[in-house]
Amino acid sequence: MLVAGDPKSNVPQHAWMPLSSGQTAKPRLLVMGLRRSGKSSILNVVFNKMSPNETLFLESTSIMSRNDILSFLDFQLWDFPGNLELGDSTVDPGLLFQQCGALVFVIDAQDEYIGALRRLYEVIILAHRLNSTITFEVFIHKIDGLSDEHKIDTQRDIYQRLHDELAESNVHDVHLSFHLTSIYDHSIFEAFSKVIQKLIPQLPTLENLLNMLCSNTNVEKVFLFDTASKIYIATDSSPVDMQSYELCSDMIDVVMDISSIYARTQHAKATPSGYLSLQPPSTNGGSSNGRAQASSNAAVLEAAANGMARDPGLAIVEDDESHATIRLNNGQALYLRQVNQHLVLVSLLRDDSFERQGLIHYNFGCISEALNMVLMPESPATAAPHQLHI
Amino acid sequence: MGVLLMGKSGSGKTSMRSIIFANYIARDTRRLGATIDVEHSHVRFLGNLVLNLWDCGGQEVFMENYISSQRDQIFRNVEVLIYVFDVESRDMERDMHYFQSVLESIGQHSPKAKIFCLVHKMDLIPDGQRGQLMLEREADLKRRATTPMAMTVFGTSIWDETLYKAWSAIVHSLIPNVRMLESHLGVFCAEAGADEVILFERTTFLVISHATSHAQTDPHRFEKVSNIIKQFKLSCSKSQAQFQTMEICTPTFSAFIQGFTPNTYAMVVHSDRDIQPGIMIININRARPSFENIERESATAN
Ligand SMILES: Nc1nc2c(ncn2[C@@H]2O[C@H](COP(=O)(O)OP(=O)(O)OP(=O)(O)O)[C@@H](O)[C@H]2O)c(=O)[nH]1
Ligand SMILES: Nc1nc2c(ncn2[C@@H]2O[C@H](COP(=O)(O)OP(=O)(O)OP(=O)(O)O)[C@@H](O)[C@H]2O)c(=O)[nH]1
Ligand SMILES: [Mg+2]
Ligand SMILES: [Mg+2]
Repeated sequence: MLVAGDPKSNVPQHAWMPLSSGQTAKPRLLVMGLRRSGKSSILNVVFNKMSPNETLFLESTSIMSRNDILSFLDFQLWDFPGNLELGDSTVDPGLLFQQCGALVFVIDAQDEYIGALRRLYEVIILAHRLNSTITFEVFIHKIDGLSDEHKIDTQRDIYQRLHDELAESNVHDVHLSFHLTSIYDHSIFEAFSKVIQKLIPQLPTLENLLNMLCSNTNVEKVFLFDTASKIYIATDSSPVDMQSYELCSDMIDVVMDISSIYARTQHAKATPSGYLSLQPPSTNGGSSNGRAQASSNAAVLEAAANGMARDPGLAIVEDDESHATIRLNNGQALYLRQVNQHLVLVSLLRDDSFERQGLIHYNFGCISEALNMVLMPESPATAAPHQLHI
Repeated sequence: MGVLLMGKSGSGKTSMRSIIFANYIARDTRRLGATIDVEHSHVRFLGNLVLNLWDCGGQEVFMENYISSQRDQIFRNVEVLIYVFDVESRDMERDMHYFQSVLESIGQHSPKAKIFCLVHKMDLIPDGQRGQLMLEREADLKRRATTPMAMTVFGTSIWDETLYKAWSAIVHSLIPNVRMLESHLGVFCAEAGADEVILFERTTFLVISHATSHAQTDPHRFEKVSNIIKQFKLSCSKSQAQFQTMEICTPTFSAFIQGFTPNTYAMVVHSDRDIQPGIMIININRARPSFENIERESATAN
């Protein structure tokens, strides 16, 4: 059954959690920025399914709030109030920035941004000194109010100023990226996707599997999405064009929304939960553990390649996972398939592929199983289901 | 068929019309300017049903004209009056004053007209207060009619499916052979072994008719599905495409949405795991001719 999981029911959203060293080792994603820059709006739109117009009623955040994301990734999101000073004695920057995988800094592009840049600069200097692995993701936000030309100019200006200041202070080797975002379109989901992807250690293997799907079938583009947030955590290596991405993302909405109306409650199946463990950034290079993972991933890849069928006669559909097909009038079709409780594959393919529909189901089934294995490091690759064996 | 759209300036008349009939998305309505005088449009609905939609600018100068000098022109041959209230309006008394004047004029020139009152922009009211507020408003509005009139009240917002509920009800009241459609749909639903069949108008995706043989839990599902599919239709058109069929298969239900007659889409939902997907498509194809007939007959009846 397709269930997006109600993100609101997970954890009290604004539970005050004191920063202490005794906390679980979940990696953190910090969201910072000046007052009213749009931090809480972004988190609510992406992770709590709030509609953008509802953010007008959000109150200013007064305490640091933690949001435990319980979907495909096990991580914490920290909404940092805009008025909180870093020098404030209530926050220990050492504890704050350790385990921090990424720091998202939101700048309101519709407003004067010199003050925001100054704050960003201070944050980078401090955080980078305490943890040099943090990636800084600058969201140039609220671009819905800007003309295309203005967007580019703003991005260039912000980049230049920041670059100059950091160079002047002799700070180099900072991982810094810029994204143009708005909660009123797909750009915020696209930006968050890119931020999250950098934190997924299995990304190369996931991409390989998706490439394999494309090269063995008529699939033109495929995305692996987190169903609840519509963040895509991997795609094949062909270029992402915004239109296809939006269409695939919108398909999740239609399918999930209709499912939530008509699906009947069913006993929860013992399906793999598909949790990904996000690796806290480690300063020393590849661990032996990482190498073991890499070799088992290679086995999964090979097994998946051998399992893929080209002959419809071989394809027997016997799975219970949800899937959906949308056929368009331009010779294209969309195919969605549930991978596990948290993830779906959505792909764009030629409509005539559906003459061999059984084959599509079968090959997506194959890739889904392989994805599940890659995403569950604890399960040994020898547990591969029979059809994946050579 | 004359459909009058009236209400205070800024209450959201042109916004609603543009979303339902002109494929606007909610956010785009912020750019709409105030309507000057009356904007007349012919909206083709279900192929041959033509709605004459009169979107009447709501500024006071115009309102005064409608109820005085232009009264005879405006209120004659009205089949449906849609009166829109801004739920956040500061001056309820003035709103009610105009509303009553309009009701009087309608009572005089088109006494058989159906009245739909939309208490609009409900998204601005906190969720928990909407039910109570609507009860009070409905009672108040119904008290304003001095002559007996068929009046229906809806709470609406362009930001959710309530818009589709209200407008489905409005167009439903204008479709000539809606009873026949319903009974045919009921037979189709039962014979095909479906849980539910919903018929949508092709361009607006408003619900025209539905049949249910297996009780469903969500009473708002019709307008929700309208909204969901209309949004997807708009996102397809961004890629210069239209969707032709949609098929969702889950362990507990399957749904098919496809073009049905030249002017409708049908959605068929079933939960019988023994029904092969191909069978349901054959059933839909078999039912198609008889519905095309009904459509043709109603075209000549007009
Ligand atoms: N136009 C536009 N407005 C936005 C966007 N994102 C957020 N906003 C608006 O910005 C305002 C402030 O948003 P918040 O999310 O409360 O800002 P914040 O950064 O959490 O502020 P503090 O909690 O005070 O630190 C709200 O009115 C939002 O509706 C966007 O992408 N475009
Ligand atoms: N919050 C909210 N705003 C709405 C809604 N519907 C329309 N609006 C906004 O209300 C404003 C006025 O809408 P219009 O449709 O131009 O109003 P109108 O009734 O046509 O006004 P006149 O043409 O002057 O009579 C626009 O900025 C819309 O975006 C709604 O449901 N909720
Ligand atoms: Mg906030
Ligand atoms: Mg108007």
